[in-house]
This record gives sequence, structure tokens and C-alpha cells, in this order.
Amino acid sequence: MSVKINCAVDIHHLTRVEGHGNILIKIQDGKLQQAKWEVVETPRFFEAILVGKKWDNAPWLCGRICGICSIGHTLASIRAIENAFGMVPTSQTQKLRLLLKHMETLQSHILHIYFLSAPDFLGQGSVFPLIKSQPDVVARAARLKNLANDVCDCIGGRRLHPTRTVAGGFTMLPDKKDLVKFSDRLREATNDLIFTADLFKTFSIPDFVRETEFVSLKGDGNYPFIGGDLMSSNGVHKKEQEYKQMTNEYVVEQSTSKWSRLSRQSFAVGALARLNNNFDFLDPSARDIAASFDLKPLNHNPYMNNIAQLVECVHVVEDSLGLVEELLDAEWEAPRQQVRPKSGLGVGAVEVPRGILYHCYEFNDTGHIMKCDCVIPTSQNHANIQHDLQGLAEKYAAEGIKDRGIELLAEMLVRSYDPCISCSVH
Amino acid sequence: MAEAESRTYLGVPVYRPKVAFFELSSCEGCQLQLLNNETTLLDFLSLVEVVNFREGMTERSDDYEIAFVEGSVTRGDEVVRLKSIREKANTLVAFGSCACFGGVNQLKNRFQLDWVRKEVYGNSAIETEPVRPLEELVRVDMKIFGCPVRKEEVEKIVINMVLGKSVIIPKYPVCMECKANGNVCLFDIGEPCLGPVTRGGCDSWCPNSRAGCWGCRGPADDSNTEELEKIMKERGFAEDTILDRFECFGGFSVQAEAMRNKRLYGPGR
Repeated sequence: MSVKINCAVDIHHLTRVEGHGNILIKIQDGKLQQAKWEVVETPRFFEAILVGKKWDNAPWLCGRICGICSIGHTLASIRAIENAFGMVPTSQTQKLRLLLKHMETLQSHILHIYFLSAPDFLGQGSVFPLIKSQPDVVARAARLKNLANDVCDCIGGRRLHPTRTVAGGFTMLPDKKDLVKFSDRLREATNDLIFTADLFKTFSIPDFVRETEFVSLKGDGNYPFIGGDLMSSNGVHKKEQEYKQMTNEYVVEQSTSKWSRLSRQSFAVGALARLNNNFDFLDPSARDIAASFDLKPLNHNPYMNNIAQLVECVHVVEDSLGLVEELLDAEWEAPRQQVRPKSGLGVGAVEVPRGILYHCYEFNDTGHIMKCDCVIPTSQNHANIQHDLQGLAEKYAAEGIKDRGIELLAEMLVRSYDPCISCSVH
Repeated sequence: MAEAESRTYLGVPVYRPKVAFFELSSCEGCQLQLLNNETTLLDFLSLVEVVNFREGMTERSDDYEIAFVEGSVTRGDEVVRLKSIREKANTLVAFGSCACFGGVNQLKNRFQLDWVRKEVYGNSAIETEPVRPLEELVRVDMKIFGCPVRKEEVEKIVINMVLGKSVIIPKYPVCMECKANGNVCLFDIGEPCLGPVTRGGCDSWCPNSRAGCWGCRGPADDSNTEELEKIMKERGFAEDTILDRFECFGGFSVQAEAMRNKRLYGPGR
């Protein structure tokens, strides 16, 4: 028989997440009174800022929505422009963009699982104490992150707010001598990821399950990252340009970020959603890692998003090895196609580290933006976080877990989503 | 955070100041640039004691000497936070273009706030104010320019601060660094560029990638923006292309305002 607990959690500006959010939980005599995920981030109004700007401003400005996934925003913005103007990128451009995208995924996932998430499982407040107690772990994390960032510098011109990525292709191509070096480092990374998996196997992942709907791009022979059809685990299937029917954004009082819904009261996007929806397209070695954590579709434990991110790290490293080889085998073609603006609407859907991201612009015939809409992964996740938090608080209130226990589990739950809060409000 | 080995400089132990990081309206990218410094991060951390870094650590303290503040001010609660940080810090550093000039956020100030709110949130109430850089509200002791800040420059500045040496920010423009790097002039390949008037120190980061400068570091000393506008027009760049560059990050707000006024009221329109 459990005790009827009283508990009050009031976390102002949750740490080790990007942006500003609060967690409020109140339990009285074992009954949940309140569980709330508040987003208090200031809006920057990117969708208004873009109005009146010429097409070439959009990727440059929109990359600045986010300091972690600036490459993803830039690529979604470029895809929206190219779709609006009826352009198809060359195969060389597509490969370079995907490689760039993969390395952002690796950089962001490693940042999250090691620097933001792992300290909870190791009983620390940050990664800093581990510099002394577990230097090899920190060195491994730094090595993986540095590799990813170095590749992003090489292809995108800069790891944060890239300089070479433009509509039509790239302003400049990487040096093949550098690409050769990356293939050696990528091979070393596969070992580092096996050690990472061994470390994460020692962590005790909370056992919390709440059934939800998962939304992602729909793979067509490949694990999808850039463009294509949209799907949900509840059987919804839409075209890229019909994205608004997947996102259904609405304004709520407890959040400066909008919320989304589809078939249920909320849905989830991100690594776990992608893995649940496209498991068969993962690289076999990534599927092996997933199997070693007993992670298979459909998994409804939000804490497993950490493991799904690790599985994706393995996938992107394997896939990048192939991409580097293909790029090295081919002669360089022209880096950039000419852009011819025309009036119309374009949508770009890209799977960024935290889930599916949409940019949509409406252009006049001189290529100036009349209307802009960006739907961010974390804003699609906020409602799901709210419902998870409620379910979690109810479950652990019933089990009689004490204050700090519930507080930590609630913090870890929100961190599992790897929220990018300033991005979600933009 | 963990105790690091104490450092010496010229045989004298170096004082490790308590450092805090804060963010107002921003993408938090400038703070991430520090974590993006994998190879030198540990050395860097041995120079200072980080006591407040919400994005990276749970522990927080109000006892700090140097505050790095990223982002611009766009709401009343940020004014309160900023003033309270100012009271606690000996040295307040405006960290990145949003903090120094308003950054891309200040592009919102081109419009009426009511329209901006409605365009994004419809008829729902949402609180927002015109975008302001830090120095419009508090005294700023030092500015680190850039969108994003350049990690090598941040490290150099922090090392000099810790050692008590003077911090020198270049007075010359990006164009100098670009020439020294042996790049093709972007004007010659038809790209607009603010390199001739923008403050150096970034090692011509964007032009090195054949992308023209957007002026994220603000004006160099004695920069002649009107002359550059004239030259760019002679080179055939459209007026709105030139304005897009000048108004992007807020550092050239005087020039941008003049250009916007000229378009509205000036001769030839």
C-alpha cells in the first residue's frame, strides 16, 4: 500500500535545455492537483520579420531561429524557396546537404545525450564534474562532437549559422583532401558510439509509458531526412505541401509557443517518432544497437528518445561514410544553380534533430516574401510533454514517490524531448 | 563546477573569476559556440569558474563577477532580469550581435507592433516591446561582436581579461582581413558585401566562403557607409539588396534608417 503524498514542484527556468520553460506540479493527499509545462520564452516574430524580404534573406535569417539546429533551419528554408521556384537540386548538392544534415544530427544528439541528459543518470548537475571523475567519457563526447562540427565547417563553411548553404546549392565546395580525412575519423566514430552504447546500458531508463501518435517524414527506401511525404503512426498520410493538415497549430495560454494536434489530443516528433515510423530503413548496425536496448516500434516510452538519438547517431555515421565515398568517387560539378524567382508558395519539410520542421513562404513575382510560416519540432511536442507530465505525475503520485523523486523524473522527462524552446517560440 | 588546476602566468598564480552566462531574446547560439569549442574547452574552463550556465548546468549562483549576456531585450521581464544582473556583476559583457545591436530581432522594429503581433499570433494577446540592445537599458562594460561570436576571439578576450591585460578590438574593417586572406573580391563575382565598412576581428569569416558580409559586427571606426552605398549602386546592386545588408543585424541602424527614409520621401521616388 502506498502513502498518500503531498508534493509541490516549482521549477523556474528548467536547466540543461535550450530556452526558458517552467515545470509546476502539485499533489495533495496523493491526488494530482496540477501538472503544468509552461513556456515563457520571448517571441522574436521571425514570421513577421521575413515579410517584405527578398528570397535570399530567408535562409540567412531563418538559420538564426536556432543556435543548435541552424543548419536544419537553413536547409528547410532553402527547400521551401527551391520548391516555390520549381528548382530541383543536383545530385551533388543533395549529397552534400544530406552529409551536412547528418553531421548536425550527430553534433546535436551528442550534445544532448552526453552534456544535457547523461548527468541526470550519473547523479550530477552538469557534465563538468565528469571532466575529473570520468575524463575518457568527456573526451569521447568531445571527439564525436568535434568530428561532426569539423565536417559542418568543411561543407557548410561554419558549424553554427552556415555561410556556404544557399538556394541553388553552395557558394563553395569542400576540399576533397579534407573529405578523405573525415572518412578515417568517421570510422573511428563507429567505435566511440559502441562505447557510448555500453555507457548508456548502465543507465536505468525510467519505466513510463503513455500511448501517443508519432509524426515524421515517410521513408521511401531510405531513412528520411530532407523532404518527401508526411506520415503519422495513426495512419495519417499527407504530401509535404499539405503540412498544415499535420500540424494544426493553435495558441494556448500557458505557452508563448503554439501547440499542435492531429488524431489525438497531442503527438510527438523527434528521434523516437522517426525510429517508430521508419525503423526498417535504419542501417543494420543502428538496428542492432536498437535491439540491444530492446527498442523496437512502436515504443511509447518518452525517455527512450535518448536511446533513439543514440541509434540515429550510429545510422548517420554509417550513412555518412557511404556519402563521403560517393562524393570522392565523382568529379566535382558546378557548386551552384542559378535561381529564377517566380510567384507562388513553397514548403520545405526537413527532419532536424528534434523532429520534423516545416518552412513555408509565399512569394510575389519579384521573389519577395508576402507570407511566412515556420512550424518547429519542439512546438509540435509541447502538448505531448504536457500530457506526459500529467500522466507521469499521476502515476508517481499513486506510487507514493517523494518530492525530489518526482521533480527529477519530471525534469528528465522534459529533457528527454531535447526541447529547443527559443526555437519553438521563434 | 569541478575545481580545475590553478594556472600561472609569468610565475604568478592567475585569479579565476566567477563567471555567469545569461540569455535574453536570442537563439542561444553564442553560448553554444563555447561548447562548440571541443578542442580548447577544457583549457578555457580552467581559466574561469563558471557559476551560472543554465543551458549546461543545474547549479546556479548569484555570486559572480563577470556576466556574459546574450540576446536583446524584447519584454518587460527581461528589463528586470538585465537590471538585476547589472547590480550583481562587476563586468557586464554584451555577448553577440543581439546584445550589442539588437541583432536580427531588431528587424521587427521596421513594423508597427500591433501588426507584428497579429501576423504571428492572430487576435491572441501576446506581450512584446520594440527590440533594444543592452546598452539602452544598462551600462555595458564590454562588447563581443558577431552573429555568431567567433570562439577564438572570445577566448582571446577572456584570457586578456583574466590576466588583466587590455582587450583590443580591431578598428579596421573586415575588408582588410579578407585581402590578407587572399580572397577574390566578392564585388568581382557579383556578390553584395559590407566588408569595407564592417568591423574586423572575424578573420573575414563569411567572405572566406565566398559569401558577402552582412555586417553582423557593426561599423568599423570611421567607416563611410554612404560611400559604400554609392559604390554598390555603381556596381549594379539593387537598392533593396543594399538595404537588406545594412539593416540585417542592427549595427548600421543609422544608415539603414536613412536609406528607408530616402526610399519613402527622398528624390527620385
